[in-house]
Amino acid sequence: MTDAAGPARGRLGEFVVLSGRWVLEARRALADGATWRPQLFAQMRKLGVDSVPVALFLAVFTGMVLALLSSYMFTRAIPLYFVGTLVTKAVMMELGPVLTGMALAGRVGANIAAELGTMRVTEQVDALETLAISPHAYLVTPRVIAATLMFPVVTAMAMAVGVVSGWFTAVNILDLTSGEFMRGAQQFYKFKDIWFGLVKSASFGTAVATMGCFTGLAARGGAEGVGRATTRAVVLGCQAILVLDAFWALVLL
Amino acid sequence: MIQFEDVHKRFGARVVLDGFTLTIPEGQTTVLMGYSGTGKSVALKHIVGLLEPDAGRVRVDEQVVGDLDYDALMRLRARIGFVFQFAALFDSLSVRENLALGLRRQGLDPGTIDTRVTESLRLVELAGIEDRSPAELSGGMRKRVGIARAIALRPRYILYDEPTTGLDPVTTAAMDDLMVRARRELGATSVVVTHDLASAFTIADRIVFLNEGRVRLAGTTAEVQETTDPLVREFITSRSRPGGVA
Repeated sequence: MTDAAGPARGRLGEFVVLSGRWVLEARRALADGATWRPQLFAQMRKLGVDSVPVALFLAVFTGMVLALLSSYMFTRAIPLYFVGTLVTKAVMMELGPVLTGMALAGRVGANIAAELGTMRVTEQVDALETLAISPHAYLVTPRVIAATLMFPVVTAMAMAVGVVSGWFTAVNILDLTSGEFMRGAQQFYKFKDIWFGLVKSASFGTAVATMGCFTGLAARGGAEGVGRATTRAVVLGCQAILVLDAFWALVLL
Repeated sequence: MIQFEDVHKRFGARVVLDGFTLTIPEGQTTVLMGYSGTGKSVALKHIVGLLEPDAGRVRVDEQVVGDLDYDALMRLRARIGFVFQFAALFDSLSVRENLALGLRRQGLDPGTIDTRVTESLRLVELAGIEDRSPAELSGGMRKRVGIARAIALRPRYILYDEPTTGLDPVTTAAMDDLMVRARRELGATSVVVTHDLASAFTIADRIVFLNEGRVRLAGTTAEVQETTDPLVREFITSRSRPGGVA
């Protein structure tokens, strides 16, 4: 028992020490605006704008399937205009932020981990340090801020497209008029439905970018190490999204 | 002056530095030599605080590197140029940006940065490649840009980690000449890690031979060439035979 627990305790201790160092480094890096500010817009474009197509592709099919599924469930027992309610509520509060977050965990998290991992194993990160430039200020901070700002923007677009896709499906495939769909959508609508989803997506952005940076900078051992870091970034990013999703549901609902 | 005082460093079970003690004098070129895995590059990384010793101390200009706070460490690093084995140029930046990054950090104005970039590239005989990306350069050119990036900072110390590894003999000779010129024109103290004996004998004022994580022999080029130490002799003779220069 003791022998088996030893390495696990060691890894936990290492993780705690590393996390503590990261918090300290993050505070210092945030104050070093002259280093991270020039990178910010490029990262917002790369992590946010370039991710729009994949997020919208996902949203189109989510809205469509949601409309079809809800009409299937609501047959007889519940009026069909509730399709509008379910599509808008589910897309705005849950599926929009979470599925977009998952897709971007794959795209953004993997991209960051692979880029930083390659920089680590080719000594580019060491080179930054020898130039008296903090890798946290130059590499981590602009990516984390960019993802935190851009995930809600991409998610908002995905929400809009998901709802429109659900409406289009309801009107063209189901026996529902635009008026009925809108009636269902408006009946239980609250402004909170939107900001709840956007707040969640901002936290997902922070988590996905942080995991990407964390695993990328910890990469060791050449191409294989970069591959491992990339996989870890995606897995940890997705796990973080699910944990945060539950957290926000408990705190804000 | 750089001083290693009884430095110990291990990675897992592997002991890399084991009581490493050495003083590197000002204004000279000191070459660290030895078989692979004897801790030469590890020692170099301790000087800039990329690695911390498990025990012992590394002093640069009387400051203990491990005791410096963040700002003091950054100030120390600004006085040291580091040339990496594979150049470690930033892939996403042009040659100009690679050189300018550290200069901007020093707070220089854009005009001075442009002048420094041009001068440094001229010194390594690569004038006119400012707008190329590192991917467009050959291995030798990348290494020279790496040296240009280090000397652009006008450092007090320049650390070279295997600068000639993987280069053809002609490019190696050009690199040797470049290191000699960089020291002469900048007056910087140089520390060079290399396996290349011909290169070491060309550029060194002093050669330090490492074995099992500590100094086995230290002396001038002539003293090392005349040593009777069997381990060092074996290293020298195996590397000195025709075509055997690594």
